Amino acid sequence: MASVPAVLQSEWTKIRTVASTIWTLAIAFLVTVAMGFALSLLFSTTFDDLSEAERTTFDPTFVSFSGMILGQLAMVVFGVLVVGSEYSSGMIRTSLAAVPQRGTFIFSKIFVAGMLALIVGFITGFVSFFLGQAALGDHGTTIGEPHVLRAVIGSGLYMGLIALFSMGVATMLRSSMLSLGILMPFFFLVSQILASVPKAKDVAQYFPDQAGAKIMQVIPDALNSDRAPYSPWEGMGIMALWVVAALIGGYLVLKKRDA
Amino acid sequence: MIEVEGLTKRFGKKIAVDHLSFQVRPGVVTGFLGPNGAGKSTTMRMMLDLDIPTGGSVRIDGKHYRELEEPVKYIGALLDAKAMHGGRSAYNNLLCLAQSNRIPVSRVNEVLDTVGLTAVAKQKSKGFSLGMGQRLGIAAALLGDPEILMFDEPVNGLDPEGIHWIRNLMKTLAGQGRTIFVSSHLMSEMALTAEHLIVIGQGKLLANTSMADFIQQNSRSFVRLRSPQREQMLDALSEGGFTVVEADDGTLEIDGSSSEEIGELAARHNVVLHELSSQRASLEDAFMQMTAESVEYHAHSGGGTAPTGGPAAPGPQWGQHGDKGKGA
Repeated sequence: MASVPAVLQSEWTKIRTVASTIWTLAIAFLVTVAMGFALSLLFSTTFDDLSEAERTTFDPTFVSFSGMILGQLAMVVFGVLVVGSEYSSGMIRTSLAAVPQRGTFIFSKIFVAGMLALIVGFITGFVSFFLGQAALGDHGTTIGEPHVLRAVIGSGLYMGLIALFSMGVATMLRSSMLSLGILMPFFFLVSQILASVPKAKDVAQYFPDQAGAKIMQVIPDALNSDRAPYSPWEGMGIMALWVVAALIGGYLVLKKRDA
Repeated sequence: MIEVEGLTKRFGKKIAVDHLSFQVRPGVVTGFLGPNGAGKSTTMRMMLDLDIPTGGSVRIDGKHYRELEEPVKYIGALLDAKAMHGGRSAYNNLLCLAQSNRIPVSRVNEVLDTVGLTAVAKQKSKGFSLGMGQRLGIAAALLGDPEILMFDEPVNGLDPEGIHWIRNLMKTLAGQGRTIFVSSHLMSEMALTAEHLIVIGQGKLLANTSMADFIQQNSRSFVRLRSPQREQMLDALSEGGFTVVEADDGTLEIDGSSSEEIGELAARHNVVLHELSSQRASLEDAFMQMTAESVEYHAHSGGGTAPTGGPAAPGPQWGQHGDKGKGA
């Protein structure tokens, strides 16, 4: 049987020795932070123009995470490439010949990449929060306020889970191109649009990103949005279920199919 | 020792490998021969547990592949040259492979040196030529210093220098007592390197024999002659009780005789000869005849005659059944 620490070490070498890792993670961090900062700045200067309802439900924590909507796409690319490059390069055959226990192989890979995504996610979350609050000035909040720390930690979890979900999907589809072609439009367009269409919204709020993103809100109906029928942690749980389903699906495909 | 037992692989309705059973014995080079599409690569992938067999089994020293502890130390395999991540350097591609099987890192530099890639070790492997990619693949196969080595069409696409290098490498490795299992669709290549031969066609076993036996059984020897007095010579031959095969180009081929015998016969009958030579049908011919029935992709070239009895008959004309000059 393959030694798990040895496989983990091998997967870590794989991740750190390709340029796409540093690029995708750096872009995830920079885009999220920069866009969150810019929007926080915008809100702070135009705060008085907001409607009464928007002002009373103003959520400075959530505003500082506005960059997540774009930044998460870089996390999707990271997750997809970690798995998909094995298939596109043909490396998968070399990898599975070296580690024929397919479960050990894929979960070691996903564990290493997931941990890295989570760490980058936490750093991104905290930096986004503090920079955003600095930009918001008087309208900002502090980490000590109720639920704020939960939202900041949640933002890191959210990024990690997005990457893990993408890894699961890429393992199922066995192709980077196909996975990106489905996940990018889904997270950037489909999910966002459906979540704002009256009837479709009832379904869309259970999509992984929509459910998971609720944890970043301190005020449930932030900016006069609709209240979700689940708590922030329940939303995170829904997202986690999606992730687990994608990973199990990926494992089953890898186990059953010829490499 | 690799034992293949009733190995079968079905892709939908198509049977790629059909109840294949054979053994690869230690310490020799075993050639695995078959036309394109015969199921060689599929068989090799099943041996490495990459493709899941529809039926049958493969045992390596009595164990299933996935029961091997750190398999890279048991079997090194070169399947296709591009089975590496192009964005990673040659060194790092080998490093992650070594780490997964707890092979000392120092071994990476050793195998890079063996295959002559030390100078480009830090370069991304996507810039590599086919030959360099093949060398990197071989370095990966050698990484665990395995007793068994498996190469799938290792000389494909290589230049003569590369082919020469691989041949010598295989001989060296076999000389060290390792088991070598190498596939090819070229008989001539096998004749130079393999001691034992396993021939398959359309997934079925066609031959499992030593190279020496194969050569003895399959290379027809005959005498070829050309004469302006063809009819007279034919009469003389039938008088002498020889079996004559008339080849398309007007030459006569006489099985089971010697050129001395035929030359003297011609002299006795005062027949002028323009050519008299002893011939041995090439192994390539023998191989093509053996696999002709089972070739998947027939080439339908218009009326082309396959080269007859030459020392080497290379070429893509797998589908051309032996013309009448090459009776079975």
